[in-house]
Amino acid sequence: MEIAKNLEEFQAKIDAEIKIEPKDWMPEEYRQHLIRQMSQHAHSEVIGMQPEGNWITRSPSLRARKILMAKVQDEGGHGLYLYCATETLGVSREQLIKWLHEGKAKYASVFNYPSPTWADMGAIGWLVDGAAIVNQVSLQRTSYGPYSRAMVRICKEESFHQRQGYEVMASLMEGTAEQKKMAQEAFERWWWPSLMMFGPHDGDSPRSSNAMKWKIKRETNDDLRQQFIDKTIPQAELIGLKVPDANYKLLENGSYETSDIDWDEFWNVIKGNGPCNTQRIKHHAAAHDNGQWVREAAIAYNEKKEQNLKSA
Amino acid sequence: MSTDNQGPIWEVFVQSKPGKPYKHVGSLHAYDKEMAIENARDLYTRRNEGTGLWLVKAEEIVSVKSGDEESYFDPADDKIYRHPTFYNMPEGSKHI
Repeated sequence: MEIAKNLEEFQAKIDAEIKIEPKDWMPEEYRQHLIRQMSQHAHSEVIGMQPEGNWITRSPSLRARKILMAKVQDEGGHGLYLYCATETLGVSREQLIKWLHEGKAKYASVFNYPSPTWADMGAIGWLVDGAAIVNQVSLQRTSYGPYSRAMVRICKEESFHQRQGYEVMASLMEGTAEQKKMAQEAFERWWWPSLMMFGPHDGDSPRSSNAMKWKIKRETNDDLRQQFIDKTIPQAELIGLKVPDANYKLLENGSYETSDIDWDEFWNVIKGNGPCNTQRIKHHAAAHDNGQWVREAAIAYNEKKEQNLKSA
Repeated sequence: MSTDNQGPIWEVFVQSKPGKPYKHVGSLHAYDKEMAIENARDLYTRRNEGTGLWLVKAEEIVSVKSGDEESYFDPADDKIYRHPTFYNMPEGSKHI
């Protein structure tokens, strides 16, 4: 009885657009859904630093290097906002990271693709961050207060990321034949993976229904994907990039029809068989282990200071 | 203490401009006060978000949880004389 009443009050709050806060009653399934989704989001920000970090020392100018460093730093910051928000659900940071290393927690599959050229930095900023923005703008209205507030903060910072990526692509497209080719190839590498970022079709997404009812998600995967497609195709055409899809066409309503995604590839990368899955986790685990002495030193330093304070 | 942890949680408050109230912006992990301030600066004020920072260990905060609003804040409802609109002013009075 108690639970039924709680559930009813919970749903009434959600329906009235009142945010759920950490200490409020919530169904266990809501909490678990959020822990899974928010930690996956946090891990994606942090793992996403790797394909871009790869180019910091090889960026073509000092300007480009400063921008890339600022962007990678932002991604780390976004991960931290999201880890803190996830911790309000009663799970520790150590546990979240352990689940990542054990493969129990996922991160966006898109970061399992390599970034072999400078143009990939353009394509990632423009497409991957662009897709993330569409998703995150929608999540600003999510029902869980700490998640919503983290999204507002992140969205404010993201638009520089996308614009810098598009600038890289646009300037390559004004360059030599070789530079244009490099941009086109990077576009072709990232176009489909960025469309996959929105997840399976709504009908094939097992967790969609409660997530919508509880307003964790505000729009469906397919609707968000379409928004991204409709914004991005004109941007590609404007700078002379060819969309790698023989069947795409503009419809009368101003929206674009595109071919279906290669879902076998999608599921295969999620299952861990993408080009860089092993490397990404191995690198993260090594960075965490190599930081062990820093954590130990910080703890020892704090203990020593507290001792001095007591004896003084 | 496990050395795998990242220190206690601190809540971060930023003052956007001199004279403005401090506003909660989020939290972070740090082992001591100095590190908390440094981490807050790097994490929450990369774009001129503020002119002041407060850091408070989360465990030190005392709060009224939502759900208890009724018993805590309801009495305020019967004291409408605490609001300026409760009072009748003479017709024609100005600057009051």
